[in-house]
Amino acid sequence: MAEARAAVLLVALLSVASCLPLGPAICLAQDRTGIPTPTPAPTSIPAPISAPDVGHSNAVSDADGEALRALASRHFEAIGRGVARLGVSDAPWGKAVLEALHDGRLAVGSDSDRIVIRENGVARDAVTGATLTGDALRRIRVNNRIRGAIRIALAERALRANDVSAREAAAMALYHHPGADALPVLDRAMSREKAASVKRALTLARAAIVLKTGAAPGQERAAVETLGKSGRLDARGLLAGVASSSSDPEIAGSARKAVASIDRRQRLWGIVQNVFYGASLGSVLMLAAMGLAVTFGVMGVINMAHGELMMIGAYATYATQYGLHRWLPGLETWSLAVAVPVAFGVCWLLGIAIEKGLIRFLYGRPLETLLATWGLSLCLQQLVRSLFGPTNVAVTTPSFLSGSVAIGGTEITIGRIAILVFSGCVMAGLLFILRRTRFGLQMRAVTQNRRMAALMGIRTARVDALTFGLGSGIAGLAGVAVSQIDNVSPNLGQGYIIDSFLVVVFGGVGNLWGTLAAAMTLGIGDKVLEPLIGAVSGKILLLVLVILYIQKHPRGMFPLRGRGVDS
Amino acid sequence: MNASVSRLTRRALARGGLGLAALSGYAPRARAAAPGGAPIRIGILHSLSGTMAISETTLKDVMLMLVAEQNRRGGVLGRPLEAVVVDPASNWPLYAEKARQLIAVDRVSAIFGCWTSVSRKSVLPVVEELNGILFYPVQYEGQECSRNIFYTGAAPNQQAIPAVDYLLGEEGGAAKRFALIGTDYVYPRTTNQILRNYLLARGITPGDIMIDYTPFGQSDWQTSVSRIKAFGSAGKKTAVISTVNGDANVPFYKELGNQGVSATDIPVMAFSVGEEELAGMDTGGLVGQLAAWNYFQSIDTPQNTAFIRSWRDFTGNPKRTANDPMEAHYLGFNLWVQAVTKAGTTDSDAVIDAMVGLRQGNLTGGTAVMLPDHHLSKPVYIGEIQDDGQFAVVWQTPAEIPGEAWSRYVPETRTLVGDWTAPRHCGNYDTARKLCLGGRHG
Repeated sequence: MAEARAAVLLVALLSVASCLPLGPAICLAQDRTGIPTPTPAPTSIPAPISAPDVGHSNAVSDADGEALRALASRHFEAIGRGVARLGVSDAPWGKAVLEALHDGRLAVGSDSDRIVIRENGVARDAVTGATLTGDALRRIRVNNRIRGAIRIALAERALRANDVSAREAAAMALYHHPGADALPVLDRAMSREKAASVKRALTLARAAIVLKTGAAPGQERAAVETLGKSGRLDARGLLAGVASSSSDPEIAGSARKAVASIDRRQRLWGIVQNVFYGASLGSVLMLAAMGLAVTFGVMGVINMAHGELMMIGAYATYATQYGLHRWLPGLETWSLAVAVPVAFGVCWLLGIAIEKGLIRFLYGRPLETLLATWGLSLCLQQLVRSLFGPTNVAVTTPSFLSGSVAIGGTEITIGRIAILVFSGCVMAGLLFILRRTRFGLQMRAVTQNRRMAALMGIRTARVDALTFGLGSGIAGLAGVAVSQIDNVSPNLGQGYIIDSFLVVVFGGVGNLWGTLAAAMTLGIGDKVLEPLIGAVSGKILLLVLVILYIQKHPRGMFPLRGRGVDS
Repeated sequence: MNASVSRLTRRALARGGLGLAALSGYAPRARAAAPGGAPIRIGILHSLSGTMAISETTLKDVMLMLVAEQNRRGGVLGRPLEAVVVDPASNWPLYAEKARQLIAVDRVSAIFGCWTSVSRKSVLPVVEELNGILFYPVQYEGQECSRNIFYTGAAPNQQAIPAVDYLLGEEGGAAKRFALIGTDYVYPRTTNQILRNYLLARGITPGDIMIDYTPFGQSDWQTSVSRIKAFGSAGKKTAVISTVNGDANVPFYKELGNQGVSATDIPVMAFSVGEEELAGMDTGGLVGQLAAWNYFQSIDTPQNTAFIRSWRDFTGNPKRTANDPMEAHYLGFNLWVQAVTKAGTTDSDAVIDAMVGLRQGNLTGGTAVMLPDHHLSKPVYIGEIQDDGQFAVVWQTPAEIPGEAWSRYVPETRTLVGDWTAPRHCGNYDTARKLCLGGRHG
């Protein structure tokens, strides 16, 4: 008995040993032979000493079993070996295991070596899919190197997929994360590939691997040419590496040339990118300042609690998401759309309460208004801190708003585009209210000549309250947008109040188009200066420029003109 | 003129806010049940309002827990402990005022407090003048060694240097290019100066080091991240070392994720991101990013499990997180209890002399020893962020690392050591010239 066991072990060890030094190609060959045989491979049934549970499925070949055993190890090195092995294996459960490992859902029985996938609280055997209960499980930990290896392994498996776009994506993944192990797999895929787009991707991936790992000496020149001709901006890293390290002056020279050409185009795209970043920052400033343009610009109320209204808008978003998550999980994807009216409503009501309870007693006394609203802002902060706690709350970003789109040589974040659009919509809506509605007409009448408006039968006190409510509601909308890009904490508002006043004053008090122009000028100015002289100096320089400008034009870029404006 | 008016009011209103805080449940003086005798008072100087409240409120709570536990064990020297809580409201000069009040009026035996370096720097002259004791629990930039301060957080050689060693090593990806990204204030600037010198000493060329500072509370990281991406496309493994302050990290990580920079491409090693910061984050996109600390909540030891259990019982929140500065207070408080017990008195001079050489078990295993330069020996862990907001330890130093007040990678302080034991009694002793530079030690 003992001898039989030892012999089995020896065979198992030998098969593993033959796998290790010769690389995946050999292992793959074993896999191939292992897969079609319906009867269990003779060595895989026992293997009992180290792994009593793994080998029980008929479908597990030697190499696969070894890979699973490696995954059960506590050493990252062994786990990495197991991952690489699964990349070249054809085992149908391999993909699920790799994905679970990547997401931290893979576990191993603490007293057995059974590999288990956990999903939604259910543990299933990774190979057989049988539901398991009662086992104490130890989660298999991964680090960044393993995650990289998993990506490569998944791509290697996907290269054998039937779907053309999946194959292309897999080849591009290998291009982005080149590893020497993938070279034989790529070559085999290349030989059987028919689709031209996949072939192109495979060629790119191959060139990247050749340059990155030096796995195929003598092919560097062709690889540099391939990447140089592809015109891809993301090839810069690879080419720059070759340019600085290649011993062959000719290869280094052509790599340098390719890098220089990429850099030229990158600089052009850099300008586009900076302008977009600037517009995006401008749109956030615009959102923050628009409510203030109503309360300060139209009504002349210095509202230091404006930032806190934004903060409350952001907390309203959080509360909406929490509520939907709790009671209406079906609507969760659209939580932001729900949050928009909620935040507007909450801040609108709060704004009216503030106007009725505080501001209306202080009209015409700007200094007192400033102090009172400053005090109010501290009270609101402390209130939120007591209700929600001093720590940040997590507002989630729906998946369709994360990620980015590549436009030419720039990456533009989808969330930022959404804010840009949202800001445009809010501006259009506000303009509509001001220009085309009865309330807007009354509002403008009251601002331009309060006594005349009152004589015409407009209830000015009511219009004041509604106007302040509108400005506050817009601050709430800004809070919804800001919750997607900034931390939602009781201090959120403080970061925006100064910028908002700056935008309104710089643009010209009382003029919405001035606010837009000022926000965009400040945003784009900031983002153009940032790469040149750094974020901190850029901000300072911009502030100095604005101060100088306001010295010269105290009423901003687009001052309101007309008889109704009192100086 | 305008400015002075608004500042005056701000302070007045901050006091108003303080009153409000008191009303809303922050008891300014929490009295604990007394074993008997006149109580020994300790001061808790952490901001409970303003920007720092997010980080410091937790430390106030953990101190109250430690005091309550000690009182249950019979107090110190047979006398009960009484915590005096004050709120410096994230206002740096107010830290100095409150520290003065704690020592001169409330007669506390020791102060546990401060978070930012600037708050510590404003308290330092006060504790030196009035001969008080301050326990400072946060990792910091070093280059300071006061007789009256015990630094229970990490010095740069206990956090930054081992973290860089990890990134340079095979396991951390053998990085060859480093982007040092920080918030523009004293801690990142000093740390980055030390790190730059260290990287140069380790053979990294100046062209492979990029240093970038952003303003406090930065939320628009688009340009910074695209610069990091460009910097990382030079064909060498690139890593980011982030000294970005507290929660400005959240939009930074978000932008990294949005622009498709993952931890496997360009890992980010952060020195200011802990469990508490992650608690307010959607951590899905952060998995694999790194942090270096001396403590992680996830480290599985019996002491740590017990500590977390009593912390959760105390706060009544079964999901409450624990973090590194909390452990630092745990160590500092227990060392102070030992020192008072050993000295038999709460007299500052006797306690300060009794502190050096005391030992206290870390929550994560190993022992913290109070060194002559008033720093602790600490183990260093590198953790990777997991999707549950916790860290998985991927690397740790084989033994505790003794804290060094003065960095050997800054030319001016290379030969300095702090030694508050006889016969040197000096916070900045120059071992080359064999003399004490004296003066202010910060």
